[in-house]
Amino acid sequence: MPTPIVKVTDLKKWFPVRLGFFETVFSRKELYVKAIDGINFEINKKEIFGLAGESGSGKTTTGRVVLRLTEPTSGKITFQGNDITNASEDELKKLRRKMQIIFQDPYESINPRMTIFDIIAEPLRVQKLATGTELEEKVYKALESVELVPPDEFVWRFPHELSGGQRQRVATGRALIVNPDFIVADEPVSMLDVSIRAEILNLMFDLMEKHEVTFLYITHDLALARHICNRLAVMYLGKLMEKGPAEKIVFEPLHPYTKALISAVPDPDPSGKRIETVIKGEIPSPVNPPSGCRFHTRCPQYIGNICREKEPELLEVGKEHFVACHLYH
Amino acid sequence: MQVLSVQNLVTHYRTQRGFVKAVDGVSFNVDEKEAVGLAGESGCGKTTVALSLLRILPVGGIIKGGHIFFRDTDILKLSEEEVRKKIRWKKISLVFQGAMNALNPVSKVEDQIAEAIMTHEPDVNKADAIERGKKLFELVGIEPSRISNYPHEFSGGMRQRAMLAMALATNPELLIADEPATALDVIVQAQVLKLIKELKEKLGLSLILITHDLSIITETCDSVVIMYAGKIVESGSVAAVYKEQLHPYTQGLVGAFPSILAPKTRMASIPGFPPDLLNPPSGCRFNPRCKYAMDICRKKEPALIDIGKGHRVACYLHKS
Repeated sequence: MPTPIVKVTDLKKWFPVRLGFFETVFSRKELYVKAIDGINFEINKKEIFGLAGESGSGKTTTGRVVLRLTEPTSGKITFQGNDITNASEDELKKLRRKMQIIFQDPYESINPRMTIFDIIAEPLRVQKLATGTELEEKVYKALESVELVPPDEFVWRFPHELSGGQRQRVATGRALIVNPDFIVADEPVSMLDVSIRAEILNLMFDLMEKHEVTFLYITHDLALARHICNRLAVMYLGKLMEKGPAEKIVFEPLHPYTKALISAVPDPDPSGKRIETVIKGEIPSPVNPPSGCRFHTRCPQYIGNICREKEPELLEVGKEHFVACHLYH
Repeated sequence: MQVLSVQNLVTHYRTQRGFVKAVDGVSFNVDEKEAVGLAGESGCGKTTVALSLLRILPVGGIIKGGHIFFRDTDILKLSEEEVRKKIRWKKISLVFQGAMNALNPVSKVEDQIAEAIMTHEPDVNKADAIERGKKLFELVGIEPSRISNYPHEFSGGMRQRAMLAMALATNPELLIADEPATALDVIVQAQVLKLIKELKEKLGLSLILITHDLSIITETCDSVVIMYAGKIVESGSVAAVYKEQLHPYTQGLVGAFPSILAPKTRMASIPGFPPDLLNPPSGCRFNPRCKYAMDICRKKEPALIDIGKGHRVACYLHKS
């Protein structure tokens, strides 16, 4: 049995909707954006777990809540067997040596006024893990491990002197320097040019192999996810629709939403399939998600009232393959 | 029958540090009812080509040479007035990049579409223009009554559809779509691409689709032109280029877009990053990143040669 490094149980995150003054006074109703609405998953040691979905499905919020960068509304998060849902600030600071994040946009996530050296050394200074020559050595080693070589050429530069791909390497180096066991990578390549994407993804892959780092990889690009993830979960409006080994999800998708997502991915092989089945409409508002199955308003395989009235549970239908759909229960 | 023929187009941007050679000798043709995909990374000059075709380059952009023939008219020889009256929107129209921001947020969609029609057809009154706008909305699959909304009341997919309606407002023969699907979700992206294909068939349009995503081109286009650092490195029919990529850059690009259904592979990457176009590398512009680079690649620029059946490549590894 693989050991889970992160386990999430019944996790919810509702953001209150800010109303205008009169609305607050006259209507007692409180509105929430149900960004995450009860999800369960576990990430095993030394794997890349992919979380896929359209924008607005709650995948970024999930990544932030798992790291406690955003406070969960309810539910439980365990990390390496310890419940961290209510961990105090002090405990969290220690935990962050073990869990790190790489943000989506390397043009926003690194401080333009700091040198590359300072950016990468900051986690060590904050965590008081190293000083002096030891600190310097570690920074150089981190730069080497993200292939910014020779490090001498990079340490005294500023972010604006680097290309997008190099910045994302700096962000990766900063996450790595504390030797974390777990990294959340939130769309790490979506802002990068196509020719550089593969480099960053291969780098992630190598880190997993060499340093035994576990990744939560958040993405909207199923084609890339399929090539780097071991397991995948598909999210829609704050709920998991399907979860299982990446191969299974791509080749034998069960949930109509997963099928729609996969058939919407353009295929670079001109002899392959063409755009045929495209589902209608766009993702509904998470303030008032549809009743029953959240996907029923767009579902091409809608089977009647049960979809509208009863919310399907995420149940195991094959080996480690879970799906939340009335078609299969 | 050729609709558009671009010959040796050179477009530079004047900056304080010198000229940015954004497009440097680009030639390609578009046939009637043909869909051509223009592919490349950001900064390779693909949008500049589109803006040159319509002569709407931003301040500092100068077309330094070449010809752009629309049927028999050289667009570069026309006066600004003639371009506005005869070519822009009447013959060639453009769906701008970033539909989310391309509409004016402070005026109603109907006013914006009517403006496009009335600018190019001065004898149409506003009521008629809005009426035509409604028909266009039907064509692109938006409820016609929504035309009196403001852009913020539209979703991303609807804004992209509205941009398409606006581009089709004066019945152009050639439609240029600049990254029509980026920044949209996969499902909405598939919807928009399907719509573009349908409209192309229905209205008999020729199409230039600009994108960095090769898989979108293979799904939508007949032929493909691949640009790198202001130059064409390879072009040909989609089937031929996908079957056999001749230029090392094309090989890298195709490797960067794995098929979702292909066996799990380690993705191929292209080391380095695109060059600074103020001082592009001598010889072949791809040589600093190319694993096959030879001496000649650094010295002399390779010409774009036809190696058969219209498959063109600019690389010393191949001879005609």
